[in-house]
Amino acid sequence: MPPEFSRDQIAAIAALARLELNPDEGDLFARQLGEILAYAEQVQRADTTGVPPTASVVTRHASDRADELRPSLDRDVALESAPDPAMDAGFFRVPKVI
Amino acid sequence: MPSSRMTTDGETTVRSVRDDVRSRARSASDVCRDALARIEALDPQLHAFNTVVAERALARAGEIDRHFDQWRDRPLVGVPVALKDNMCTRGVRTTASSRMLEHYVPPYDATVVERLEAAGAVIVGKTNCDEFSMGSSNENSAFGPVHNPWALDRIPGGTSGGSAATVAARLTPLALGSDTGGSIRQPASLCGVVGLKPTYGRVSRYGLIAFASSLDQIGPIARTVDDAALALGVLAGPDPRDATSAPEAVPDYTAALTGDARGARIGVPRALLEQGVDAEVSRAIAAALDTLAARGATLVDVQLPHAGYAIPVYYLVATAEASSNLARYDGVRYGFRAAPGTQHSAPGTAASTQHAALGTMYAQTRERGFGPEVKRRIMLGTYVLSAGYYDAYYLKAQQVRTLILRDYEQAFTGPDAVDAIAMPTSPMPAFKLGERVNDPLQMYLIDVFTVSANLTGLPAVSVPCGFTDTGLPIGLQLTGRRFDEAALLRLADAYQRETEWWKPAPPIVKG
Repeated sequence: MPPEFSRDQIAAIAALARLELNPDEGDLFARQLGEILAYAEQVQRADTTGVPPTASVVTRHASDRADELRPSLDRDVALESAPDPAMDAGFFRVPKVI
Repeated sequence: MPSSRMTTDGETTVRSVRDDVRSRARSASDVCRDALARIEALDPQLHAFNTVVAERALARAGEIDRHFDQWRDRPLVGVPVALKDNMCTRGVRTTASSRMLEHYVPPYDATVVERLEAAGAVIVGKTNCDEFSMGSSNENSAFGPVHNPWALDRIPGGTSGGSAATVAARLTPLALGSDTGGSIRQPASLCGVVGLKPTYGRVSRYGLIAFASSLDQIGPIARTVDDAALALGVLAGPDPRDATSAPEAVPDYTAALTGDARGARIGVPRALLEQGVDAEVSRAIAAALDTLAARGATLVDVQLPHAGYAIPVYYLVATAEASSNLARYDGVRYGFRAAPGTQHSAPGTAASTQHAALGTMYAQTRERGFGPEVKRRIMLGTYVLSAGYYDAYYLKAQQVRTLILRDYEQAFTGPDAVDAIAMPTSPMPAFKLGERVNDPLQMYLIDVFTVSANLTGLPAVSVPCGFTDTGLPIGLQLTGRRFDEAALLRLADAYQRETEWWKPAPPIVKG
């Protein structure tokens, strides 16, 4: 396990997270994430042989609802929140993809 | 000070305000105007509010006064409420204290907002918090920190710091917070008020801006346990719009507050409390346990052998969930979008590997929209979920989460079962603003006593239990059985009836 991250590793994680870090931030995070993970490393000491993971503590789910159409957010209302809506077409507009 | 009657304590509780309005001793409009005047007078020093909705609140209060017969019997009629700024309010800016959502106006209400308003409450504003509820001191707000009403140069706690400060400073008798790792209880403790994190699923999360979905829960902050019980009765119950909301019936929480602690068994995890707790905090907790014992409770030792893993488990699980939840902020559907071509990407950074304009827009939007702690957690969460590290970190943390859950289940069941587990809410009183901002790991360690209630989903409450020599509040945390907030609140209320720690107002109120 890496106690400290290289600049390349930080860049790779940032790419996965869709974050454009500036170089100072990259260096800072390389050190801080290393420290945090070194601390978190102690979980390895716990004996978890045969222990199932807990992803959720929900004990009882609400019963299923009927599969019926119900009103939802109006399209124009939803589009109004967008940084660059194409109201007439009913789309979210984004920069060039290809 | 404004004209409001705030010289004695009873007049600033949820119950007393509600009863005054119900009996027409005061109109909802007068109550609302007084609250707004207090906010105007004190908030410049506290910075507890991101947004105050004076007109909307007065319109709402006026509506209650005009159609009083329809509103009279509602449980929170005329009560001014402040909402943490991560709960969606239709037509009212909801920012999560982030640049990413600085101008976001939700097109819908959170379920808790609907329930509060149906109960006759009057929302007066949205409170400052750590950005996306990530932090322990409120210093991660993009709009600047909240100041502790007891000492303006100190933190109010986080992340619901604005909500705790508004109640402590008597601006509103009730506020809602959300709690992912202690974010209701810790600021309540550091500000000398009551904060309740209900059982996971007890209160709908629909309309709550998500941080870590398996841990997040909404709850009340108030001056008394009775007020928290009154509010929980309004907030609790299943919601078809939140699949994790629980179908369990909602009892009358205020009826459970008998003042009787006799026969209650309170577990004390002494081994856990032996190190790293401030001496004044330790003394206050010991005295609080003596008080409960004098009221007829039995103190017993409990073992929570995996409690020491709670912080690492929490920060692995919560950051993993956060990295996934916050992927939605991409500048497409709502919130901030970085303008194209305004910033050149440095070599070796993420954007240089993405040639399409869309990819650059995503990366720049997120770089400029998120603050440092949010980015740090997204990075950490992305790493622990990535191929090659998932089993070692995320899966392992989830397995240890099971062990922590089993510790608590064991304490709460069997012939030696306890009714509640007691410990400090925070290992230390409020520290000075700026004192810990440069060391994220030291900041994380502050959550040592609060994160387990989130990992296990159990209900937990913080109650004022003392002051340091310099006048900073200290809080006692009680953790209860799943979906048994009634028993938990009964015990907390019995303690509060016997003590006066909740009564003094901070100096800023008298000033």
